[in-house]
Amino acid sequence: MSTLTPGKHVLPAGPTVKGKLSRDDIMMRAGMVIIALYLLVTLAFPLYTMLSKSFSTYRFELSQYEFQVSDETGAFGGAIIDGAALNLRSAAYGDSELNTGSDGRLGVTKLFPDFSFRSPVRYQVRNSVAGGRFLVGSTLNDSIDWLELDSNTFRRVQLRPVKSTGFDNFINYFSTPALFNSIKNSLWISVLSTLITVSIAFWFAYALNRSCMRYKGFFRLVAMAPLLVPSLLPGIALVYLFGNQGMLKELLFGASIYGPIGIVIGSVFFTFPHAFLIISTALAISDSRLYEAATSLRATRWRTFWTVTIPGARYGLISAAFVVFNLVITDFGLPKVIGGQFNVLAVDIYKQVIGQQNFEMGAVVSVVLVVPAIFAFAIDRLVQSKQVALLTSRSVPFQPQVDLKFDRIFLAFCSLIALFIIGILAVCQYAALIKFWPYDLSLSLNNYQFDKMDGGGWRSYFNSIRMALFTAVVGTSIVFFGAYLVEKSNGFRTGRAIFQMIAMLPMAIPGMVLGLAYIFFFNNPANPLNPIYGTMAILVMVSVTHFYTVSHLTAVTALKQMDREFESVSASLKQPTLKLFSRVTVPVCLPSVLDISIYLFVNAMTTVSAVVFLYSPKTTLASVAVLNMDDAGDIAPAAAMGMMIFYTNAAARILHLLASKGILRRTQAWRAR
Amino acid sequence: MIQSTSGQLKSIPTDTRETDPASAPYLSIANLWKAFGAFLALKDISLDIHEGEFVCFLGPSGCGKTTLLRAIAGLDLQTRGSVLQGGLDVSNLPPSERDFGIVFQSYALFPNLTIEKNIAFGLENSGRNKSEIVARVAELLELVGLPEQGRKYPAQLSGGQQQRIALARAIATKPGLLLLDEPLSALDAKVRVHLRHEIKELQRKLGVTTVMVTHDQEEALSMADRIVVMNEGVIEQIGSPTEIYRAPANLFVADFIGEMNQIAASVAADGRLQVGEKSFACLDHNFAAGTAVVAAIRPEDVIPHQTGHVAGEGEENCIDVLLDEMEFLGSFWRCHLRNERFGVSGLIADFSVNAIRRLALERGQTMTVELPDSRLMAFARPEAQG
Ligand SMILES: Nc1ncnc2c1ncn2[C@@H]1O[C@H](COP(=O)(O)OP(=O)(O)O)[C@@H](O)[C@H]1O
Ligand SMILES: [Mg+2]
Repeated sequence: MSTLTPGKHVLPAGPTVKGKLSRDDIMMRAGMVIIALYLLVTLAFPLYTMLSKSFSTYRFELSQYEFQVSDETGAFGGAIIDGAALNLRSAAYGDSELNTGSDGRLGVTKLFPDFSFRSPVRYQVRNSVAGGRFLVGSTLNDSIDWLELDSNTFRRVQLRPVKSTGFDNFINYFSTPALFNSIKNSLWISVLSTLITVSIAFWFAYALNRSCMRYKGFFRLVAMAPLLVPSLLPGIALVYLFGNQGMLKELLFGASIYGPIGIVIGSVFFTFPHAFLIISTALAISDSRLYEAATSLRATRWRTFWTVTIPGARYGLISAAFVVFNLVITDFGLPKVIGGQFNVLAVDIYKQVIGQQNFEMGAVVSVVLVVPAIFAFAIDRLVQSKQVALLTSRSVPFQPQVDLKFDRIFLAFCSLIALFIIGILAVCQYAALIKFWPYDLSLSLNNYQFDKMDGGGWRSYFNSIRMALFTAVVGTSIVFFGAYLVEKSNGFRTGRAIFQMIAMLPMAIPGMVLGLAYIFFFNNPANPLNPIYGTMAILVMVSVTHFYTVSHLTAVTALKQMDREFESVSASLKQPTLKLFSRVTVPVCLPSVLDISIYLFVNAMTTVSAVVFLYSPKTTLASVAVLNMDDAGDIAPAAAMGMMIFYTNAAARILHLLASKGILRRTQAWRAR
Repeated sequence: MIQSTSGQLKSIPTDTRETDPASAPYLSIANLWKAFGAFLALKDISLDIHEGEFVCFLGPSGCGKTTLLRAIAGLDLQTRGSVLQGGLDVSNLPPSERDFGIVFQSYALFPNLTIEKNIAFGLENSGRNKSEIVARVAELLELVGLPEQGRKYPAQLSGGQQQRIALARAIATKPGLLLLDEPLSALDAKVRVHLRHEIKELQRKLGVTTVMVTHDQEEALSMADRIVVMNEGVIEQIGSPTEIYRAPANLFVADFIGEMNQIAASVAADGRLQVGEKSFACLDHNFAAGTAVVAAIRPEDVIPHQTGHVAGEGEENCIDVLLDEMEFLGSFWRCHLRNERFGVSGLIADFSVNAIRRLALERGQTMTVELPDSRLMAFARPEAQG
């Protein structure tokens, strides 16, 4: 049989067999295209629009306009002069004053020192180049014909800027110290917060994994609490503790909490659970056999720690560091509340956009902010992939030994951290319940009368719940279905790889940046999706997209654990893939599906940065209300609202726990052997 | 079971179904290639399988068996070539439009569905009503010998039981073709042997055309009507178990299936095999005189003689050896025989317990063995091949 003729090892020329697509294949590809389109529209296009904005500069080109002034009788006989020459003569505008934004308008009367709107003198104006633009009142004039106006109307002539593309915005940014100082500020705040958080989280996780101390369950629970509140809540607590009328103000020895100190303490609070979770996982998977070996070699506890524990947890430590760094540098709420005059990048975006309406500069700062965020993200991904490889190797879980002295030290340490976390929350709750700090300490519910304050009142709170529910339902559906299509469909390799890449992108994009990108993309009348601007839909959309990556990874991990051949079996039995999906895939993955929904719910409740540019008077949100009330000086109501978010999320988590248990018991009987 | 080939390699009676011109093959694979990037996993595979046949794809791990099976199923399409099933060109059809049932090594049972629901999965939306489905499921559970287990979940059954359920699910819709990808490899040895017989029995009862992938030669030899031996993406030989065993087409097949002594030899002028200064008569071959070849003989084909046995008529293939080592393997003794002509590895021979006793053979003694010409084969040297 083995007539090995030469040429047997070369694929013969000819067409490659093209498979006929089954209905399921077509459906799955269509589904994937739809979800990919969704991601393009909600992520790639807005970001692209923003990027191009950051390179767009607008400038009034005075030389593109020509003017002629008549004599008192209205007869035009004088010289025709262009705007640039007029400006030179009148010195009305300095060079930098001619730079503007896309919405810039420039009156022209200042170019004529003798101008008076009562004067009988008449004016002629025209665009000297085709495509030039100026407004008379609200009428756009873009022809090169002369337009004759009396002096009263001439007042209403406004020039429109010319758009050009280039690095001018960036040059402008880096030549403004007030702006680029923020880079330095952001970086060192983030590095410092990262160092502190990771150190604390490491010892906390170490105590929970490697000691025999008591109350581990309680500590684990407390460590998770900061996930349930907006990042700006610790800022409010810090104001009460160390602010100008703070309870413990003396502890700062005259230093101000408004600024780096406040930001760092608050950042440690809200990033702690993230670091703790990652490091805890890394420590939990360490191999006990290494410890046995170390013990048999009579290594001291200290040496074992440096030669076994730290190397075993190094990926976890690195990953935690970059995650925390990323969280701090992209956070907006906390520095907004407690940052004082200390400028950081995320707040700069807010100031440029909301304060100065300078969208282009907002885009520039966004681009600057994305660079370290993407860098941190990339390193984290790299490290995570290594960690997975570690996980799969067979290891024996570590059983800690009782050591009274160490256990007591760890208990003290963990109690201190728990006190810090609970203290911050308790201060907020206390602040919310007293009448008027520090003058009237009697209890009252006045601060819960949100309808009397800025921020949208109780409606914000219910809006937030609705928004979070929508995000959980819509997001979980999109994410899980998308992950299923990517994981389980046949062929279409390039398409799937691209999809995977797009799904990773949201994690690298700070919420502020995404929000700003949405303004550019959706608040454009030419965009057919423009009507969703200012609605609940865009808030849900931005939240789903902002939290897409973690949800997607959770779904993919769950799906990877399913037998690869389920789809093959189902196809051989001529059953539609959708039946398999609903009868087998979703039920088996239900725990992960529930995890994704609670993750989306909690994050949608607490996010500020992603939605702060996008809410409208009708769709105010609780988290934004906290920010706005704080901004307006209503700090106690802000704390009250913040705690409402906390209780809501806590309740949601408990509900999720009960639901998971209930559903698991009913639908997952098969898990019990 | 062992069929005498009596030196007539070329005239072995082949499977009648294969040669019967009246019956067209049920499954016909022609010039099939599969490329993964630049790597060719299947190279010009052509193969016919007849209705009701049990065919095994046998070969070392990574040789392309699964790839070929998945191409037949349409799960991973071939790059070139065609697949005809039941007279229909299914080359580019998706799996859902082909007619087959499939069983995987991992069972792939749906963990959250009961055994009954697993088996009924393919019976739903197929025009059967509820009571028909219930009846069919009961019938299938009976057929695979697990009538009481319908309400349980897969995780509550043993591996062997799960695989039987997977089998029941695959044949529930009465497919024309049953594909099995290493169905027994995840099971422990005892269950494996037991299930081998059950699968074979079931296949005979149902008469369903079956293709099974395995890397276990014993499995293939005991179950298959025909074996397709594969290696590095090509078919080395197709034949019945006895043909494959008795008359391997080349050294790869000879070496892969069963045990085979290999002795460097060259072809003498009269076609005999020259080993050192001694020449041996052997089965017919096509090698020209002077070609360097491998002389091959299976251990159980070596015939032991008393020391000092005088070669008689037709016994010119006798040779004296040193009985170097003996291993008792239950029903026979494995003996390592030394003679400088056989090289360092020597000659391995399996002698029956009887023969050892009768000839009073002991380690360390010299003896005479015969390499019967009807069992001594000549193969091309590996480096001369391909
Ligand atoms: N999806 C794939 N991509 C690349 N190479 C593959 C793929 N599937 C199989 N191969 C390669 O093709 C060869 C044959 O694989 P397979 O058919 O699974 O072997 P086996 O005979 O063990 O079933 C192997 O070398 C394997 O590495
Ligand atoms: Mg295989």
